[in-house]
Amino acid sequence: MAAANITVSETPLVLYTLRRADDALILGHRLSEWCGHAPMLEEDMALANMGLDLLGQARELYTYAAKVEGRGNDEDKFAYLRDVRQYRNLLLLEQPNGDFARTMVRQFFYAAFADLYWRAMMRSTDATLAAIAAKSEKESAYHVRHSSEWIVRLGDGTEESHRRAQGAIDELWAFTGEMFEVDDSERGLIDAGIAIDPATLRPQWLKAVSDVVHEATLVLPDNKWMQQGGRSGRHSEHLGHLLSELQSMQRTFPGATW
Amino acid sequence: MYTQALNTSDGDDRHIEDATRAAQFQARIDADERIEPNDWMPAAYRKTLTRQISQHAHSEIVGMLPEGNWITRAPSLRRKAALLAKVQDECGHGLYLYAAAETLGSSREELVDAMLAGKAKYSSIFNYPTLTWADIGTIGWLVDGAAIMNQIPLCRCSYGPYARAMIRVCKEESFHQRQGFEIMLTLCRGTDEQKAMAQDALNRWWWPVLMMFGPPDQVSQHSDTSTKWKIKRFSNDELRQKFIDATVPQAQFLGLTIPDPGMKQNANGNWEYSAIDWDEFKQVLAGNGPCNRDRLAARRKAHEDGAWVREAAMAYAEKRRQRAALQAAE
Repeated sequence: MAAANITVSETPLVLYTLRRADDALILGHRLSEWCGHAPMLEEDMALANMGLDLLGQARELYTYAAKVEGRGNDEDKFAYLRDVRQYRNLLLLEQPNGDFARTMVRQFFYAAFADLYWRAMMRSTDATLAAIAAKSEKESAYHVRHSSEWIVRLGDGTEESHRRAQGAIDELWAFTGEMFEVDDSERGLIDAGIAIDPATLRPQWLKAVSDVVHEATLVLPDNKWMQQGGRSGRHSEHLGHLLSELQSMQRTFPGATW
Repeated sequence: MYTQALNTSDGDDRHIEDATRAAQFQARIDADERIEPNDWMPAAYRKTLTRQISQHAHSEIVGMLPEGNWITRAPSLRRKAALLAKVQDECGHGLYLYAAAETLGSSREELVDAMLAGKAKYSSIFNYPTLTWADIGTIGWLVDGAAIMNQIPLCRCSYGPYARAMIRVCKEESFHQRQGFEIMLTLCRGTDEQKAMAQDALNRWWWPVLMMFGPPDQVSQHSDTSTKWKIKRFSNDELRQKFIDATVPQAQFLGLTIPDPGMKQNANGNWEYSAIDWDEFKQVLAGNGPCNRDRLAARRKAHEDGAWVREAAMAYAEKRRQRAALQAAE
């Protein structure tokens, strides 16, 4: 018998924390897929570094969600025993690695947001989230620096790297709007000072991203249409495949300790 | 791109190599002095070390693949993070071993190209597949355990950069070894299915791990000169025996059976083992192991797929250099 999905009591704070935990796990997992296959050894190191940072963030956030929920779930149950419809990550982060340009553009779009987001969250009235934010901000500052440098190198490198980097920006742009969306369940947390309103970060994010993209001799698309759905479990087809791999052991050997 | 500017090459050495220098060199080795990159050294010493250090580096890099095979499927978040960190460590070992090899005058690119062309060897153990999660425990416990046996004496190797690299590598490897043993312990204390998984992994890895120490002493090609130069301090068979003696009690503690029914402890306390199938070893070295083709194909693909990225980085660095030169001229 395969292990069944858990049920989660998604109070606003649990849901809010799980969404950020899922972001970190899914992107960390994607980065870990590169391990041993990167364009150079230095980049194998860097991608693993960022992946480890994100896995660490995910574990802290899941553990906190479990504590807040108080129903016997834990980090592994959240990660391994929820299906696609129960995952709450941003669509951007589940997009396949593609080539190195696509991986770096994905990283850059997200890290440029995460850095601002975690810095703002250090002022959360929730002491645990504020502490996680303080640690995560330091990590995402490095992720922004590393990915920005690559965007510039690729954009202003060769004709081929420019073409690939521009292609990745065009492909992924429509997934960036979701980072700034807020639903009713988050609105209350924002009013209580537990969460920050991500919409307030958008101008700063856009400026930071535009500056790097401009330096890289690349352009941001005119396209205003933005995809969304990840926060409520309406994902792309890619996530199911990621989860079937991620969860294969826990689903095959229910209840075992590893 | 990666070459360090050290003024040495085999060609130059041939002119200046003479009996006096060779004798002085050997005297330094005998006095347990460290040889450093810009010191005079016999061409054969340079060649032996370049081969050994680069093979070691290739092994670290190819060794990322069998373990990397389980990063996306690790059974808990704790295991996933530990495995990713471990494989990242192997990559780091590869990097500073290539750097150590470069101090002998070959570039990382040359060395990597030789590996990708199938001309340079890497440890035969990485040509076996990781089929279950227990293989990750077994690799940590036995493969890293065997590597430590081999590498601890290398911390006193006569060539300074290699010896110093080994000190750091050994520290990390012994952490990996404990981590692997702990995975095995968890499996052996788990369900019947988990314990069977652990036993199956031991059955498959035991003999290939014993082969990691290399051919028996009477047929080993490189040992004599390597011993004289203090690159190698113990023979293959000595290290193999040491490893087996250390491992048997660990297997007993886990409640696992070593797949060698003829094994028995002699009066000296050493465990005597059955004959190793050296034909299998030769076949794997000749490229016929279960994963030789897959491993090389994966490394070649990473290298080829990454070519445009490396070219972009070079092109950008060149543009920057030109812009800086222009600015300076204004």
